[in-house]
Amino acid sequence: MKANCWFGKHDVRLCEVPEPQLLSPRDAIVRVTLTSICGSDLHLYDGHVPSMQEGDVLGHEFMGEVVSVGSAVENLRPGDRVVVPFAISCGRCFYCRRELWSLCDNSNPGYSHMLGGYAGGQAEMVRVPFADAGPLKIPAGLRDEQVLFLSDVLPTGYMAAENCQIQQGDVVAVWGCGPVGQFAIRSARLLRAERVIAIDREPARLSMAAAAGADVIDFSAEHVTERLTEMTGGRGPDACIDCVGLEAYGRSPDALYDRARTTLMLATDRPTALRQAVKACRKGGVVSIAGVYGGFVDKLPLGAAFAKGLTFKMGQTHVQRYLRPLLKRIEDGTIDPTFVITHRVPLEFAPEAFDMFKHKRDGCVKIVLTP
Amino acid sequence: MTPIEDASDAEDVGAGDAFHAGPEVNVGGFERGASLTVGMALLALALSQRRARGAFALSLLGAYLSWRGATGHCALYEALDTGSAEDEEEGRLAAGAHDDVSIEAAATIARPPEEVYGFFRRLENAPRFMAFIEAVQVIDATRSRWVARTPTGQILDWKAEIIEDRPGELIAWRSDPGALVHHAGAVRFRPAPGGRGTEVRLDVEYDPPGSALGRTVARLFGSATEYRVEEDLRRLKQLLEAGETATTRGQPRCPASVPPA
Repeated sequence: MKANCWFGKHDVRLCEVPEPQLLSPRDAIVRVTLTSICGSDLHLYDGHVPSMQEGDVLGHEFMGEVVSVGSAVENLRPGDRVVVPFAISCGRCFYCRRELWSLCDNSNPGYSHMLGGYAGGQAEMVRVPFADAGPLKIPAGLRDEQVLFLSDVLPTGYMAAENCQIQQGDVVAVWGCGPVGQFAIRSARLLRAERVIAIDREPARLSMAAAAGADVIDFSAEHVTERLTEMTGGRGPDACIDCVGLEAYGRSPDALYDRARTTLMLATDRPTALRQAVKACRKGGVVSIAGVYGGFVDKLPLGAAFAKGLTFKMGQTHVQRYLRPLLKRIEDGTIDPTFVITHRVPLEFAPEAFDMFKHKRDGCVKIVLTP
Repeated sequence: MTPIEDASDAEDVGAGDAFHAGPEVNVGGFERGASLTVGMALLALALSQRRARGAFALSLLGAYLSWRGATGHCALYEALDTGSAEDEEEGRLAAGAHDDVSIEAAATIARPPEEVYGFFRRLENAPRFMAFIEAVQVIDATRSRWVARTPTGQILDWKAEIIEDRPGELIAWRSDPGALVHHAGAVRFRPAPGGRGTEVRLDVEYDPPGSALGRTVARLFGSATEYRVEEDLRRLKQLLEAGETATTRGQPRCPASVPPA
C-alpha cells in the first residue's frame, strides 16, 4: 500500500510499504478514507522532535472503514465507519478512568518513537491499537469532511477554550490562527466569551478568524501586548490561549533571541507566543496552552505569572472525552468544521502538500488527503 | 523487611566498622600517586604566591592531597561510601552484599494485590512480561527452572527457590548456588491508597560473574539493567490493566534509503 513516510528534516516521501496486520487482540485495521496534515506534523517535518526513524509512516488525523478487528474487540465490526482519536489510550488505567486519556499509562500518542512510535494514518490502511476504547462510530448522513477533525484539531481547540473557564463578559485572546486556533476561537464563542481577539500574520487565517466574529491583531504590523491592553481597557484578556507552541515566529528582540538560541541548539523551543500570553493576561487569568512544547524554554516570565496569580492549563488533548459531545454539535449543526479546509489533495501528493503547508502558500490553512 | 535485607544489613555493619581500626585505604594505587604529586606541586605553588589568602588556600589543598596520597585514605570517598581501591578478595567476601549489584523498580498497577500477586506467583507467566526470560518450568511448590536469553544471544539456565511466600504480600526467592549469575530477589505487593490498586516493588540483588573488572562493568551497566527491570514491570502493568502489552513490532514502515515511489 502507499504511505507517506518521514525520512528527515524537510524530507517526507510517498512509499510502498507492507499492509498493516493485527498485532494484538485489541487492534483493528482501518482502511483510511480521509486523512490530514496537522501543525504538529510540521514539528516532525522541521526536525524538532527527536527519536523519529527513517521510514516512519506519518499521520495522526484520519478516519475510515474498519476492515478487521482483533479477538478482544467487540464494539466494532468490519464495515463500520470510524474516526480515530490521535491519543492512543487503553481505557482502563488510572488516567483513562479519570478521562485523562492522553496521559494513558499503558500507551502513548505515538508521536515519534520516544512516545510509542506507532505507524500513522497518512496511508491507505492503518492499524489502530485499543480499538475498543478509542474510535468513534459515525452515523450515516455525515460526510467524512464534517467529522474528520474530531480526531485531533477540533477537540484540541475546544479543550483549549474549555480550559479558560470562561465567565460572563470574558475576553479571550488566541495566539495562532491555524486550524486549532480557528476551533479555539469558535469554541470560545460557543462557551459564551464576550469577545475573542485573534493574533496571527497570515491574511487568510486572520480573515477566517474575523469571519467567526473575532477581532484580529496582525503581529507583523502591530505590537501585540500594547494592542491587547488597549483593546481591553487596560485590563488585559481574561484568558490567553497559545495555539502556537515551540516554533513561534516573530521579529521582536526576544523572538530573534529564541531563534538564535534554537539555531545554535542552546534551546529547544521558542516560546515567543507564550511569553506574550503571560505578559498580556490579566491578574488571576488563565493561560491555556494547546500548542506543542517539546523541551526547555528560556526566559519564561514566571515572576510575572506568579505575581499575577495566573493559572496555567496545558497538555495533549483528551480527545475521547470530547468525541460524543462534539459529534452531537456537528449533527445538530452548531459546529461545521469543514470551513478550515483550504486544500483537497490525493495522498500521492503528500510530500508537496507538506511543503505547501509549511510555507503557508496559496492561503493554506488545512490540507486533507484522500488515499 | 525480608531475609535478604536483614542479611545484607548485618554484613554491611560487620565490614564497615568492626574489622577496620585505622583509616581505611580507599584510594587506588595510581590515584594515590597522583594525589601525592599534585598535592606537593600545590604546596610548592603556594610558597611562590604573593597574595596571602591565595597561598593559604593552596597550601591547605596541597597538604590535604599530599596526606590523602600518602595514607591512601579519602574522607570524601568514605562519606560517599565509595572508593577507587580494589577490594581484597577476603574483604569482598566479608563485605558480602557490598559488591553485589542491586536493582530496584516500582510500579502502581490498577488491580487488587491478590490478583497481581496471583499473576506473578504463576511463574509460568514470567516470559509474558520479562523480556529476557524464555521459559519457566515449575518443579515443585517452591522450586523452578528458569531459561533466559541474554542480549548477546547466550542461553542461561538456572534453578531458583522461593524462600518466602505471603499470598497477596510478598514473594522472595534466590537462585541455587550453582547458578552462573547468583541472585536473590523479592517482590512486594501493597495496596495503593484511594483504591488505586497495588504498589509493586521489585528488589533484585545479583553477584555479577567474573573478575573485579566484570563487577565494575556490571555496576556501570547497572542502570541499564534497572531500566530493563522497569520495562518488565511496565509490561506486567500493561498485561494486567490493558490485557495486552503495547507493541509496534511488525507494523508497516518504509525500508530506509528507498527512493520515492
